[in-house]
Amino acid sequence: MEFIDRIFSTQSLFWFLSFLTILSALMVVTSKSPVYSVLYLILTFFCLSGHYIILNAQFLAFVNIIVYAGAIMVLFLFVIMFLNMKEDEAETSPTLIRTLATGTAIVLGVTLVLAFSTVKVAAFNPMAFDSQVGMVKNLGSVLFREYLLPFELASVLFLIAMVGAVMLGRREAGDRHF
Amino acid sequence: MPTTLPIFSVLILLNVVVSVYLERKISAFIQDRLGPMEVGKWGLLQLVADLFKLIQKEDIVPAAADRWLFLLAPFVIFVAIFAGFAVLPLSPDWFGSTANVGVFFLMTVISVDVIGILMAGWGSNNKYALLGSVRAVAQIVSYEVPLGLSILCVVVTCQSLDLQEISFQQSIFSNTPNYLFGLKATGIDLTQTGGILTWNILRNPSLLIVYVIFFIATLAEANRAPFDLPEGESELIGGFNTEYSGMRWALLFLSEYAMMLLVAFLGAILFLGSWSSPFPNVGALRLADWTTGSPGTWAGNLWGVFWLVSKAGAAILVQMWVRWTFPRLRIDQLMYLCWKVLTPFALVLFMISAIWKLL
Repeated sequence: MEFIDRIFSTQSLFWFLSFLTILSALMVVTSKSPVYSVLYLILTFFCLSGHYIILNAQFLAFVNIIVYAGAIMVLFLFVIMFLNMKEDEAETSPTLIRTLATGTAIVLGVTLVLAFSTVKVAAFNPMAFDSQVGMVKNLGSVLFREYLLPFELASVLFLIAMVGAVMLGRREAGDRHF
Repeated sequence: MPTTLPIFSVLILLNVVVSVYLERKISAFIQDRLGPMEVGKWGLLQLVADLFKLIQKEDIVPAAADRWLFLLAPFVIFVAIFAGFAVLPLSPDWFGSTANVGVFFLMTVISVDVIGILMAGWGSNNKYALLGSVRAVAQIVSYEVPLGLSILCVVVTCQSLDLQEISFQQSIFSNTPNYLFGLKATGIDLTQTGGILTWNILRNPSLLIVYVIFFIATLAEANRAPFDLPEGESELIGGFNTEYSGMRWALLFLSEYAMMLLVAFLGAILFLGSWSSPFPNVGALRLADWTTGSPGTWAGNLWGVFWLVSKAGAAILVQMWVRWTFPRLRIDQLMYLCWKVLTPFALVLFMISAIWKLL
């Protein structure tokens, strides 16, 4: 019983999830097939959601899966599946891509290191920590009190985008109804 | 340790056994045929025979398929749908996960299902499978919009994302007063009356129309006729499960029926009073009390499970009735229905539900 408890303790779950996250993130970069890359990226998002659940942020965890794994990554998969990657490969020179990729990686790495060395992380006090802070009720009250205007603006923007997309597909005069 | 999951896994298997037989018999009845009659009395052993055939079949992986994706996809689909059952309650005192975002979790399940379908379709390396999976995904992602909006109508009425909390509000154990049609102005307090009068469809009458939208959207989510374009035998052979055989095909089939059961349960919980009895207390006739039992006792649990499962069963029967009555839609009609009919109606009904709550 004690052994099982230790396996399912928060700490071991954290290490397991972290290991899996980093492993799948590495596989995203090293996979040969782009479809596999996207699938590993989805796995990475799942692991991140696991971290959110450990942090007691259930809402964030499920939003992460719905939006990233469910919608955006499915879009990625769609595009990759329809592009025939093997035929397009010959057109761009691999050396150019490699040089550009290395350059971007170096710039990004330097920026991250500089950012981390200048930013001071706030001290953490386990006594004053509120475990309910990530619950949907608290999240909602923060969103609808402190950030009401930006939140409403964003939601109206999304609604307009959806209505606009439907409008683009409307029936022109003279089109068949079905 | 939630004890509802073993019950649900048994229910899923039972549901397949009963539903496959019923589906054949009901389709036969609707089309004026007899259905399976040869194996056993009234063809009752037909499914056993089919299962034996499936177990014996070879599990073929096409030579050009992406082996790992192909083998893994049915499990991803089934696990995703099975995980959805984790948040469903069974009776007042018997529930699964107490996550306070239960409804949201169920929406997540659907998006994971999509990934499994894409894996199956692409991994098969077959044009019919790929086309079928692309259709399935386009359909599921699109119908998530009216589905989400219709669920939102219930959430705005109940002010909770927890399925057990939503269930309690519709029962005689509600700790908030229930008025006739949810209107305090009528002055008729139904909290102790219970029954069908405190179900969500009557707590806010506009939810009756919302339930229709919900039902149509869930048919599309479960890839059921008249929205079974992803299978489209006449043009796509069988859609994303074309290349599957043997037990892996059986697993895909099991997932389809599990999805039907899941959405039927969800509809019953959100709109049809969950585990509460449909009979109200009328004066000395304590029909609701007699058919509910007290929570925590055997009687209370059994009544709860009985009502919930019968409501879900009724929804599955309607799904079958619809399947054998309507012809399959064309893909543009499908999208027309989703974006130009269901979504605007759902948006308007959502506004009505929100205003109704304020009345």
